[in-house]
Amino acid sequence: MATVIVVTSGKGGVGKTTTSASFATGLAQRGFRTAVIDFDVGLRNLDLIMGCERRVVYDFVNVINGEANLNQALIRDKRVENLYILPASQTRDKEALTKEGVEKVLNELKQSFEYVVCDSPAGIERGALMALYFADEALVVTNPEVSSVRDSDRILGILASRSRRAEQGDPPVKEHLVLSRYAPERADRGDMLSVEDVLEILGIPLLGVIPESQTVLQSSNAGVPVIMEDGSEAGAAYGDLVDRFLGKTLPHRFITTQKKGFLKRLFSGS
Amino acid sequence: MLLRSFPLAAEEAPPFELKGSLFTLTVLHLFQLDRAVIERHLVEKIKQAPAFFNNTPVVIDLEGVTGPADGVDFVGLYELLRGHGMVPVGIRNGGPKLQAAARLAGLPMLPESRPVAAARKSEAHEPIARSRTVNHPIRSGQQVYAAEGDLIVLGAVSAGAEIIADGNIHVYGALRGRALAGIKGDVEARIFCHSLEAELISIVGRYRISEQIEPADRGKAMQIYLAEDRLVLEPLIH
Repeated sequence: MATVIVVTSGKGGVGKTTTSASFATGLAQRGFRTAVIDFDVGLRNLDLIMGCERRVVYDFVNVINGEANLNQALIRDKRVENLYILPASQTRDKEALTKEGVEKVLNELKQSFEYVVCDSPAGIERGALMALYFADEALVVTNPEVSSVRDSDRILGILASRSRRAEQGDPPVKEHLVLSRYAPERADRGDMLSVEDVLEILGIPLLGVIPESQTVLQSSNAGVPVIMEDGSEAGAAYGDLVDRFLGKTLPHRFITTQKKGFLKRLFSGS
Repeated sequence: MLLRSFPLAAEEAPPFELKGSLFTLTVLHLFQLDRAVIERHLVEKIKQAPAFFNNTPVVIDLEGVTGPADGVDFVGLYELLRGHGMVPVGIRNGGPKLQAAARLAGLPMLPESRPVAAARKSEAHEPIARSRTVNHPIRSGQQVYAAEGDLIVLGAVSAGAEIIADGNIHVYGALRGRALAGIKGDVEARIFCHSLEAELISIVGRYRISEQIEPADRGKAMQIYLAEDRLVLEPLIH
């Protein structure tokens, strides 16, 4: 049976779509048939990050309304095998996401995929609720700052009380923390919350720390999930994250300030 | 348990309060319901200990009664006992017919209290004060209320969460949200927490916001209670 994973955060702009794109790509790269759905109806972005915006014909809402079948709407990724994208509708709003409709689409996807990744919109309204309702597991994306942490805390409360698993008394949605845009030197200076601070407040297992990186912006604009950028720290961190999700035990990288090499010390004049 | 009637006007003191209490009562175990036989034996007993039968409240136990349950005259029985210095306050045991007849005579049914019965009941025994235990952290935006009892949280209470209890509040974790204990007026209610980082703490409406908590008290295992209408914050471990 397929696993449904929601990528959520409460707050906007923390890296949900970036994480969804890289996470789904990483799962597919490792051989799992993976579909990623954009739940941000009306503010479609995932197709841009995945670089398939020119190939959107039908979308999620068309499938919900029966105007297209799933195979017509799913976009096959050109670079990675086993990876499919279900884009959001740009011309509709979140009201188009009915519980019955979303369930129907997810059930159909679960027939032919091993992982279904739901990219949640920001907020705690209908779009976000529908994205998390059917989830088995959740990646909660948080930035190391207080407002983001509080919004993630709120989303964790909603996962624990308003998901289908909670409503039906099934085992709870498995929660994973993804701490993104982390800058160790700023955390050391106290400008940012540290990994420990965030873990203490949220109290859920840490799946990965994604360092703040220029590459994320560049690859987003280029329509390439950052996990595919060889040699980038953020890409490597997403790779580790996917491996950990699949059960590997790996140490967390990029969470401590890197020691300056001899030459750097020499030239920085300190 | 304490039920205090609400004052009707602000100045008026409450005219009564209801309290539960335990009493030791004499139990009269009846084996038959023939008034004449009962009276004969009763007179005999009173001769032995006349001082004992002086408006003594008794409970009539019907467990051992044999014979037909129809046509039992509880009113007559009541008057007979009153006439000999006993005041029946209720009955216990007996079949439904006997109980119905007793009820008609104004004698209430009291619960059985024999050890055997108590042991049988303890399996499904009901807690005296209902407390509510939460086994998971309470997240921002969530509100948990424990009515008529204590609230016990095994985990942290996040900033932006609210926990409320008619009784005490125990937080086995960091208390970062709002905690309101004794909201129905129980001045004995307290708040206990492993780490005090609360946004607001309140007992019976007396409150302190985060700013009014001394930095020295923050992050410590603390208890908060009311003394002379003021909130007192005290470390749990000295």
